[in-house]
Amino acid sequence: MSLDLSVDLCGIRLPNPLVLASGILGTSAPLLERVARCGAGAVTTKSCGPAPRAGHPNPTVIDWGGGLINAVGLPNPGVEAEVEIIATALEQLAPLGVPLIASIFAETVAGFAAVAERISTANPDLIEVNISCPNVTAEFGRPFALDPASAAQVTAAVRAATTLPIIVKLSPNVTDIVAIARAVEDAGADAIAAINTLGPGMVIDVESGRPILANRVGGVSGPAIRPIAVRCVYDICAAVSVPVVGIGGVTCGRDAVEMLMAGATAVGVGSAVYQGGPEVFGHIRDELAGWMQAHDYASLSEFRGIAHER
Amino acid sequence: MSGNLPSAARIVSITEENVRVKTLVLNARAQAQPGQFAMVWLPGADEKPFSIVDDHPLTFTIARVGPFTQQVHALNVGDRLWWRGPFGRGFEIVEGNGAHLLIGGGYGAAPLAFLARRLRAAGRQVITIIGAKTKAELLLEARFAAMGCTIIAATEDGSAGMRGLATDVARDVAHRERVATVYACGPEGMLAAVERLCAELHLPGQVSREGYMRCGLGVCGSCHHGPWLVCRDGPVFTVG
Repeated sequence: MSLDLSVDLCGIRLPNPLVLASGILGTSAPLLERVARCGAGAVTTKSCGPAPRAGHPNPTVIDWGGGLINAVGLPNPGVEAEVEIIATALEQLAPLGVPLIASIFAETVAGFAAVAERISTANPDLIEVNISCPNVTAEFGRPFALDPASAAQVTAAVRAATTLPIIVKLSPNVTDIVAIARAVEDAGADAIAAINTLGPGMVIDVESGRPILANRVGGVSGPAIRPIAVRCVYDICAAVSVPVVGIGGVTCGRDAVEMLMAGATAVGVGSAVYQGGPEVFGHIRDELAGWMQAHDYASLSEFRGIAHER
Repeated sequence: MSGNLPSAARIVSITEENVRVKTLVLNARAQAQPGQFAMVWLPGADEKPFSIVDDHPLTFTIARVGPFTQQVHALNVGDRLWWRGPFGRGFEIVEGNGAHLLIGGGYGAAPLAFLARRLRAAGRQVITIIGAKTKAELLLEARFAAMGCTIIAATEDGSAGMRGLATDVARDVAHRERVATVYACGPEGMLAAVERLCAELHLPGQVSREGYMRCGLGVCGSCHHGPWLVCRDGPVFTVG
């Protein structure tokens, strides 16, 4: 039986549903290419803003036991340099048939539009609009993703600034993620990515009595948040008609199946790279294929969203 | 569910190695390979990667190069330092006839001291070339000598040992001695020269690189070197 793992995400073909999540390894063209060669179906660049940013001081990422907690603080070379990175990465990815998602952030609605317009000149396959980083509130204020109106404003501004498909990345740290998903869909989002990291959380070093992260708080990711991610994806998929990239704690083929059953079109993988390295993409892909074979599924659409019917 | 949180350890001894470098011995143990590193944290200051210079007891040799290392140098015996690790890929002790040639440039001699100890414990012949700009910056000569390594010092200004670059001295050594493997740690320019030397003389080599690290865990991508992550795929890379 022939097995088809491919996915259509906003008209872009992914050879398999696994997407390198933003903020993980997306810092250079050679790294993006390596992740694609390791088996990712799409790769997302590290979120880029209007100007170069150093990010937070260390410690920035800690393994607390149930996953990671991070406050890296969006370090990036700025959109001008990012355009070059993306151009190089697109050349290297083209022969592999792996699309590139350019992730962007800004402090203001106008800033989002400006970065989207500039990044579009590099012609990435899709743009991810990161309105949900929980680690820059001291400088940027509350993330746009916490409120339907401001989430929609950013989405509409980016929609007007580019003709490329846009994925809006949502925060789980809200009382009603469905209201926000509907708002960004109505504002012109072509897809939704959910979820960004949970929290923020805090881990305190009990010897010094100090929060370990230099930013004191950080976003929680990894296996501990997977049930929350699955519920968010399930709820969003029930409420909107645009495709959803399900992200949060996926580390193996079984987890990817679960996310697809919740209704996700594609599945983000991030913190799993900590335990499994870039090679984790190939492992998850092969486990997913093995599970499909064992269950007589020839394509993802045969079981996508079935949790909604049972 | 214990994760890999920083653990606190007390400093049990401090040795001044040269004008800019101190060795700190902690009341902690790690299971580490030479060439692996740990993230060293001072709460309220910063967290940075340092090569493990010995794992039993845990030892770091730290050069004063910026605000963080300045604060580390201000610590006294009895003070605490936090660490998590060991991380990364260390040196692999390769079988082969001949001497194991260690090339340490500047602060790069530090992780090689741990390697030298393991090599000597395995009964291998070790030749260590320690390079520095000037005599006052030569590092850990006595430590290597005490292990029974052959030491060759090289200074760029000729103030001690041979005048010239450590890699030039290495070329001479490799021409007159049978060399099993070359192991190197030092500035990028020196490592590039070691790569050329290994290619030219058909010698297997392992070089330990520096990277701008944040997470140390292989996720943030800060320390990328081509398609590789210095923190996870390195810091030791095979060359030649």
